[in-house]
Amino acid sequence: MSGTHEHGHGHGHPPRPDLDDTPTYYRAMEEAVRELLVEKGLVTAGDIQREIEKMDARAPANGARAVARAWADPAFKARLVETPREAVAEIGHDIGPMRLVVLENTPAVHNMVVCTLCSCYPRWLLGTPPDWYKSRAYRSRAVREPRAVLREFGLEIAAGREVRVHDSTADMRYLVLPMRPEGTDGMGEEALAALVGRDAMIGVAEAYPPAPARAAAE
Amino acid sequence: MTPRFAAGDRVRVRAAFPPTPPAHIRAPFYIRGKAGTVERVCGEFGDPEELAFGRRTAPKQVLYRVRFRQADVWAGYDGAAADRLDVELYESWLEPERGEGAA
Repeated sequence: MSGTHEHGHGHGHPPRPDLDDTPTYYRAMEEAVRELLVEKGLVTAGDIQREIEKMDARAPANGARAVARAWADPAFKARLVETPREAVAEIGHDIGPMRLVVLENTPAVHNMVVCTLCSCYPRWLLGTPPDWYKSRAYRSRAVREPRAVLREFGLEIAAGREVRVHDSTADMRYLVLPMRPEGTDGMGEEALAALVGRDAMIGVAEAYPPAPARAAAE
Repeated sequence: MTPRFAAGDRVRVRAAFPPTPPAHIRAPFYIRGKAGTVERVCGEFGDPEELAFGRRTAPKQVLYRVRFRQADVWAGYDGAAADRLDVELYESWLEPERGEGAA
């Protein structure tokens, strides 16, 4: 390779500098602490890798299963809202130290979650948060002009429906229970779970309509 | 410790603006001085404003969820009158609402 790359339109550009090794303050701090912990025998490199892999394995599908079960089983839905920790344990999720609040969307109320102070997020059920959730724009605007933010996500909330924003500033974590879409009667839990996207559980989207309705809408 | 407030109580967030840094303040700037209604008592938690400085013996704090009318929080809020904002706040930041206030 030369120092430039060709686009096939007659000229090259200098390669973009590789910043992987930029020693930012926190990167240096993380490396120093990690190496010390390993050196002193408090944890092994394998322990750290396993923990990272466990974190990475958490995905919105976990939350989607809880939502689908709630749609299919009203008694489970009641438990999910009243005692979320116990309810998600029923479907095999140990949410660790997380204190969960489940917010049920209704025709009267649309719930939306933000953490204005940082990026608190129910990682045990939804995995790592999307970058936009951590952006200053979302964090500041979601509380100030939620309807405008929702509109940018493609969601227009009727004027007669309350928009209820939850600022996740402390020890609670939030899961929005979206409304079950029309035309899903008789669908199994697995098919229902496929309609529950991450954004619907943050409250910036509704659940997806079932496939035939989606095809008809296109 | 016994929670000072119960669900339904009217409270006001202290209008305190300590210098940051070095404080680690968990009451968002925009909500200080605003009045709302306790939505629920969440329980007792280590006080993050003390824990941030390694002060592990500090007393625990009762955490609340407080519901505010968006129109009470933002001048010129242009959403619906029904719109609400729920914020988690520690007891040290709350005082009883005095004077006029409507839910």
